[in-house]
Amino acid sequence: MERPAWAPRSIDISVPSVSRIYDYYLGGSHNFEVDREAARKAMEFMPGLPKIMQANRAFMRRAVRFAIDEGITQFLDIGSGIPTFGNVHEVAQSASPGAHVVYVDHDPVAVAHSQAVLEGTDGADVVAADLRKPQDILTSSQVERLIDLNRPVALLLVAILHFVEDEDDPYAAVAELRDALAPGSMLVLTHASYEGIPLPEERAKGTVDVYRDIRNPLIMRSREGIARFFEGYDMVEPGLVPMPLWRPDTAPEDEDPYAFSGFAGVGRTA
Amino acid sequence: MSAGPDGPEDRLRRFATIWSRAVFPVTSTSSTRPEFEEQLLPLARRLSEALRARTFDADAGKAVGAALVAAHCTDPEALSRSLDCVDAYLVLYCGTDGDQEDQRARSARLQHAMAAGFAQALRERTLAEQEAISAAALKAQGVVAQALHATEARFRAVFEGAAIGIGIADLEGNILQVNGALLRMFGVSEQAVRSRNVKEWTHPEDAPQTWKLYDELVRGEREHYHVEKAFYRPDGTVLWTNLTVSLLRDADGDPQYQLALMEDTTERRLLNLRLRYEATHDALTGLPNRTFFFERLEKALGAGEGQRFGLCYLDLDGFKTVNDSLGHAAGDRLLVEVADRLQSCATAPGEMVARLGGDEFVALTTGSDTEREVDDLAARIMNALIAPISVDGRELTVRGSIGIVEGPAGERSPAEVLRSADITMYRAKSAGGNRFELADPEADARAITRHGLTTALPAALDRGEFFIEYQPLVHLGDGSVRGAEALVRWLHPQHGVLGPDRFIPLAEHTGLIVPLGRWVLEQSVRQAREWRERHDGAGPLRINVNLSPCQLNHPGLVQDTVDILERAGVAPDALCLEVTESALIGADDDLLKPLRRLAEMGVDIALDDFGTGYSNLANLRRLPVSVLKLDRSFTQSMQQFPADPVDLKIVEGIVSLAHSLSLAVTVEGVETGAQAEQLRILGCDTAQGWYYARPGPPERLHELALVDATG
Repeated sequence: MERPAWAPRSIDISVPSVSRIYDYYLGGSHNFEVDREAARKAMEFMPGLPKIMQANRAFMRRAVRFAIDEGITQFLDIGSGIPTFGNVHEVAQSASPGAHVVYVDHDPVAVAHSQAVLEGTDGADVVAADLRKPQDILTSSQVERLIDLNRPVALLLVAILHFVEDEDDPYAAVAELRDALAPGSMLVLTHASYEGIPLPEERAKGTVDVYRDIRNPLIMRSREGIARFFEGYDMVEPGLVPMPLWRPDTAPEDEDPYAFSGFAGVGRTA
Repeated sequence: MSAGPDGPEDRLRRFATIWSRAVFPVTSTSSTRPEFEEQLLPLARRLSEALRARTFDADAGKAVGAALVAAHCTDPEALSRSLDCVDAYLVLYCGTDGDQEDQRARSARLQHAMAAGFAQALRERTLAEQEAISAAALKAQGVVAQALHATEARFRAVFEGAAIGIGIADLEGNILQVNGALLRMFGVSEQAVRSRNVKEWTHPEDAPQTWKLYDELVRGEREHYHVEKAFYRPDGTVLWTNLTVSLLRDADGDPQYQLALMEDTTERRLLNLRLRYEATHDALTGLPNRTFFFERLEKALGAGEGQRFGLCYLDLDGFKTVNDSLGHAAGDRLLVEVADRLQSCATAPGEMVARLGGDEFVALTTGSDTEREVDDLAARIMNALIAPISVDGRELTVRGSIGIVEGPAGERSPAEVLRSADITMYRAKSAGGNRFELADPEADARAITRHGLTTALPAALDRGEFFIEYQPLVHLGDGSVRGAEALVRWLHPQHGVLGPDRFIPLAEHTGLIVPLGRWVLEQSVRQAREWRERHDGAGPLRINVNLSPCQLNHPGLVQDTVDILERAGVAPDALCLEVTESALIGADDDLLKPLRRLAEMGVDIALDDFGTGYSNLANLRRLPVSVLKLDRSFTQSMQQFPADPVDLKIVEGIVSLAHSLSLAVTVEGVETGAQAEQLRILGCDTAQGWYYARPGPPERLHELALVDATG
């Protein structure tokens, strides 16, 4: 395997990882005790966390199908984490068999796992790179092989931007990606926020503290701050909304209250 | 079975709906509930069939349990709710009209099998996922290890290939690793270095803070330090380095190692020392130069309370004459000898001798008792100069004038001290030389400093502070006035009238001589025209104007002269330019060219001060000269009677030689009638001196000429 440019100095599986914690929330076992311990702690404050993750997955599924319906067959999923089920390529390729998907993650364990899962899958690959360095992603051999940058791409930033601190300028990274993609490309985004969480903010902050303690700070942004990521995009109806309200398949009233935490939206460039 | 509104198929669907509603909230699936219901429908059908089958089939129950796990109902609550649902509704919606008790028992057994199948599938899935994630972690670690290996190999190459010496030691100073460059610098093997401790590497020239910085670093109080440090090589030679030592900490921030980077500066240091020496020493005598002296003086003047300084400022008397007559090489040898003697006068600690330039030397003494010491020092210097100095087989008597400044530190600036010394030295010189004088603030204030004059010169020309006096040139044959030498004076607002010897050298030095010389020429030529107009009958009056060496080199000389003559309407032969013999020593054709052109135009060129310098008679032929002006030293001996017969012979010889080269001879310094007569007999053509007239205003000359004409 080619050595990733960003290779960390060491891999310490005694340190919790957000992608393995996410997997645990989704009932997976692709995790270690440290991950589960952190997840349990976070859930002490917000027992409904798994529901938020499920809502993310469900939104992503709907958004991918929407993109396919709109004629987009290329997907760049940054912060893909550990694919358990219902992954972008499964959703996309079941709707459009020729769809191409490139996953991107900076967690070397997630990347290694993705490689194992994707082995023998046509039209999908994974890049070890960091959202904060868009050029590393755009110039990767996987993107070169699978994505035609002259045609529209659906850029998926699902549950990732809230792990990028302001000092790393996530807005610049998102803008750089926007400028690199062909007109008609889509931005599919979800982001954590105190808005919509069915708990007092002080309590939700307990969960934020857990992420801070594992050195993966969770950056809660306001709706306004999240909307700024869509600069240069035209919002697709119904705009930036709680996840269950974005083009629902079923009645939102049936959804768990936690699913309404944070915001989701899809934008498209002209 | 029918698909009617209450047919079996509809009932099965209703069972699946109830089941999906119960379980959906605890699944992790990303499907919608209706989709999830579609997934449960075949499972419901399987259970329904198993319920009604003739024989009990546990596998059907197990398969349904396993299918739940596959549909991401991995939460135990999903199983619990599923079993509740089956228990309550399977028989109700999917049962037959047969024995209810039997069907309930079958349902219970199916639930047991579902639970077993679920547990089995969940266990397998968990194990598989655990294995997958472990494998992924291992693989990722492998990648990282490979990356680390590559990085390490690269750093290894950098370490080994670096041109600077790199060494790593632990905090006790034990050397752990060094690179090739470091070994080459020290000229040792790796073994020899690695058994050593950096604390052994002391050197007498270590700066006082070197090891303090080291201690701070190994204690973790300092991240790095940078020093210049010397090391002994095993062969005893010294290695000078630019050394940077950094503290290396581990991931927790605890100090672990020290890293030394060193650059061999031995060569550069030697060069620097040499450059420093050259910058601070006089190339001729090897004495400290002006720069070095000022540093020391500044230090002495900045010393603490109770500290004093004493300074002797020495200028040799008549050194210019030595230079002019014996040549610069001889003058240089004289200076070297003087320097050696001076150096032997100031050997005590706190004493130094320096050469400021030319024939100016200073000796400095510092300490608390300089009042007495500086007198001794001046006396020693005067004594050292007593013995004649032998240069090129000649015994030269050297005399000097010394200005002494002594005082407490912290009151005056170096420039002030040196100015005072300079003034005092001039006082000693004008008192006849060969003596020393002690600085006196009042005398300082009165004294005209060269510095002050130099800075006042440019403004003086603008303000018209210069004027010209004329000294007649008299024909020895008939005593008639034939012309006059123009002599420039400065009417200084504070110091009164100053002669050219006071300011011409300064003007030469600053370049002001060119505009000043042009002004003198202009004035003199205009004066010549006036005389011509005023007494037409008395014959042509010539004007002699001095040219300094600097003017000789000035490219505008010929053009300026021509312009001035034309503007005044004066013929070139009314002008005689006087050039000193020394200015033409070694003159090449380039230098002589302007003089030749002027001579071709008809301007007379006189060789001034002839006989004081090199007096290269053979050289006379190639100079565009038409007049020789004999120096006053030749005429001085003729003031007595009888005159020195040797001097008479010399003058007679020179005159005869000059005449044979068609050169006229003018003598200067004629003070008595006897002299004038003697010189006339010897064949000199013209003369000037107090006997005839002192330099004076132009009107005086007019009167004298008139006397001639009428008398």
